[in-house]
Amino acid sequence: MEDSTALEQEEENQESGEEGRPWDDRTAASAQDPLPGLSESPESERGPDPGPQPGSSPPRSPPVGDLAGPGAPPPPPPPEPSSPPPALAGPHLAAPGQSDQTSSGIPEAGTPRPEHLQQQSSDKGASTPHQTCPSKGNAFQQFQQTPGHLCEPRGANGDTSKQGPRASIFREEDSESKHQLDGAEPELPSEPEAAPSMLEMAVQSAKAYLLKTSSASGLNLYDHLSNMLTRILDERPENAVDIIENISQDVKMAHFSKKLDTLQNENEMLPTYEIAEKQKALFLQGNLEGADQELEDEMHSYSQAEPSLPNVMESAFYFEQAGVGLGSDEIYRIFLALKQLTDTHPIQRCRFWGKILGREMNYIVAEVEFHEGEDEEVEEEDVTEEKDNGESEGEEDDEEELPRSLYKAPQPIPREESRTGANKYVYFVCNEPGRPWVKLPSVTPAQIVAARKIKKFFTGRLDSPIISYPPFPGNESNYLRAQIARISAGTHVSPLGFYQFGEEEGEEEEEVESGRDNFEENPDFEGIQVVDLVESLSNWVHHVQHILPQGRCNWFNPIQKREEEEEDDDEEKEEKEESDYIEQEVGPPLLTPISEDLEIQDTPPWTTRLSSNLIPQYAIAVLRSNLWLGAYAFCNGKKFENLYIGWGHKYSPDSYAPPVPPPVSQEYPSGPDITESDDPSVEEEKAFREAQEAAALAAEENEESEEDEDDYD
Amino acid sequence: MDADSLLLSLELASGSGQGLSPDRRASLLTSLLLVKRDYRYSRVLFWGRILGLVADYYIAQGLDEDQLAPRKTLYSLNCMEWSLLPPATEEMITQTSVVKGRFMGDPSHEYEYTELQKMNEGDKVYEEEIVIRIKEETRLVSIIDQIDKAVAIIPRGALFKSPFGPTHVNRTFEGLTLSEAKKLSSYFHFREPIELKNKTLLEKADLDPSLDFMDSLEHDIPKGSWSIQMERGNALVVLRSLLWPGLTFYHAPGTKNCGYIYVGTGEKNMDLPFML
Repeated sequence: MEDSTALEQEEENQESGEEGRPWDDRTAASAQDPLPGLSESPESERGPDPGPQPGSSPPRSPPVGDLAGPGAPPPPPPPEPSSPPPALAGPHLAAPGQSDQTSSGIPEAGTPRPEHLQQQSSDKGASTPHQTCPSKGNAFQQFQQTPGHLCEPRGANGDTSKQGPRASIFREEDSESKHQLDGAEPELPSEPEAAPSMLEMAVQSAKAYLLKTSSASGLNLYDHLSNMLTRILDERPENAVDIIENISQDVKMAHFSKKLDTLQNENEMLPTYEIAEKQKALFLQGNLEGADQELEDEMHSYSQAEPSLPNVMESAFYFEQAGVGLGSDEIYRIFLALKQLTDTHPIQRCRFWGKILGREMNYIVAEVEFHEGEDEEVEEEDVTEEKDNGESEGEEDDEEELPRSLYKAPQPIPREESRTGANKYVYFVCNEPGRPWVKLPSVTPAQIVAARKIKKFFTGRLDSPIISYPPFPGNESNYLRAQIARISAGTHVSPLGFYQFGEEEGEEEEEVESGRDNFEENPDFEGIQVVDLVESLSNWVHHVQHILPQGRCNWFNPIQKREEEEEDDDEEKEEKEESDYIEQEVGPPLLTPISEDLEIQDTPPWTTRLSSNLIPQYAIAVLRSNLWLGAYAFCNGKKFENLYIGWGHKYSPDSYAPPVPPPVSQEYPSGPDITESDDPSVEEEKAFREAQEAAALAAEENEESEEDEDDYD
Repeated sequence: MDADSLLLSLELASGSGQGLSPDRRASLLTSLLLVKRDYRYSRVLFWGRILGLVADYYIAQGLDEDQLAPRKTLYSLNCMEWSLLPPATEEMITQTSVVKGRFMGDPSHEYEYTELQKMNEGDKVYEEEIVIRIKEETRLVSIIDQIDKAVAIIPRGALFKSPFGPTHVNRTFEGLTLSEAKKLSSYFHFREPIELKNKTLLEKADLDPSLDFMDSLEHDIPKGSWSIQMERGNALVVLRSLLWPGLTFYHAPGTKNCGYIYVGTGEKNMDLPFML
């Protein structure tokens, strides 16, 4: 570049650079045509990848010999250059091989050398190139080959295959360069007039420095600059100098990007915008005007004394101290979504229950208590007795013809009324704050019983079926509801004394069967020391009723009902004996301290921690369930809250084993007429016959004797 | 997750519900910096937290220049004082595979496992019960190793392999595009490849040797053991492993932010086939 001798050629090269001309530019005059004009040498590997190859290939000393051979029939060497360029060191050898794109950039560097090389005769033996190589070997070693950049005939190396197809365009360059290489090798040792001057040495060393490859990425600055300049010259952007850094970065990135279709997805960002719009609506909902004002007033009148919306942010703050939480902006959006829920439904109390993770989408769950009488339960899904009656009447006609099945399906246990037991609260879910809330149906005992036996991931869509054994009666919304009920029953705890039983009527006569299920806040609750809460589990109590194995919180005796039902029937059924008395299921009563919880195979069911060991005076007590992973409760002495964030499954150290199918029922009672037995053998028949005859004889004798006796009378 | 971008990463990974409390975060920021200086790592990752019954383990990993070289693992109980863990060996893994249940939280705790072993004494062959004691530290090491081998992931293009051998962080990685981010094939296991050589030649021809040198998640068994979700519209892609529940990988498409964190009990979900 600085070399005055080569300057002219460089300029020429630069001007015509963009067309990717051959770099032998003294033939610029004659052979300015683009590459296709030149013949090909079969062995070029110069097809440099325009894109994806990060520049790194192991340094190789140039086995130029290969080139030399096939390079033999290249076009005759162009006329000698006038000036004798100095004996160029290796770097320049490398230069010609550089990328097609950068042929414009390169020529300037390459020029001096080709000129030089071409001075020499072009007939080289295959061996001679090798001799010169060692001298340049070192120089070569240090240069990383950028893919396809070096025209060195690394035939053996892997790149060849890739570059093959592209090589055709550039082969002439290769041939040129190889030719020049050929020219170079033998010439260098001789170095007739190539006494390197100081300036030329400086040029060489500068170029060598530029060609040095980075140890981290395998690229070298020289190539990178050439690529950049090529790109700039190709694209001709405005104010290139201002965006030069971006261009540089883009060129680097181009190494790593795959060549994709030019088709692009238009709608990639749409869902982001959609959800952002929905959440924006959340933020703006406070500004309802006009017609909605009345609605607001109505709602306000309901929530007079008690605010229906809990302070979610405050609870989130405490949970964050414990290391549990969803991130403050997410929580805030949930807060707003809850507010939207309370605004649109007549809700007395609502609480953020937690988040259940699913495979495709997650569920945000809100626990809600409607106002009295505002309950929106409509459907009755009970399998009623009438239905049974109908069936049995129908079968009566067929009684004579077909054997009647004696199987009596166990009566389905009716679900609990709303606001009691497992259906005490109503749950709303949404997939993301901003999406509409969906109400989950009430849970039936059958669903709870089945949910205990299966373990399935939630998918995130409420209507997806649950395929399992035993078959789950319902779809994902029912399963979700059942799990929520189980989790609530298992892990909702409060500090001792926070809730107390109501002092109303019925307290005296409570029977074991009904159990207490009413409690209220204790206005005189004074709080418990945080340290006490952490140390002893008896300071925490469950405030949700335990779900019995039956699936309900309040025991339901199916026998009684069945007797009533049978009386009503026209059909006459066999009365069941009283021995069918079913043991009443009893669970721990409400407000049992959690120290009574069963252990899970040696692990305690709860883990307590102080939120911070460093500043204990402001720390809060955190309770973590080991049975339902993801259930947390905190208490700072006075305030408490429960939360669940997790997958929605119970923990068990053993693997889940699906229940076995029930044993095969007996199809028919076995009796003598249908029991199979072997045919009697001959001896047995004989013996039987003799016995019969003997019996007959005896009978006759008896008769005779009797007759005789009679006669005598 | 990189210790340098800890706060942002924790925020992005917070969708799984488990994070860190402010005091832990603050202590991590400080202590990880010191760890990086003391042990001279080029990158320190906060690996995650294993929940024990009594205490939790906080795990960090240090990496040298070569990203795929075996990582050094450190653990701490209070996010301040870190202790180096020994590297995992095969026998450690087989030995601890018999231990079930939760971690205690006490590194010196020993699990007792009774095993019947055949003893030869002269001509007699009889079985004797041997009680094997396994330290919790060993179990910790092997679990971390298993989790890393099974579910530590990295997006395609974040690392590239130089022909010398070492793997480097790709400074020009600008994140996956949205369409790529939703596919399992754009994520690789962050470990030495196992399945790669089993690919057919046709498949290998399409691979870029500098970028595709690790196993992708596509062929993980069982199928469906990863849950890909987009949060915040399309602004964040979160992958959760269903095989080791608690591992969350997050990535904001179009940006460089990516990382994974494990917060869980350290137990494999053996019931996965039933649950899918």
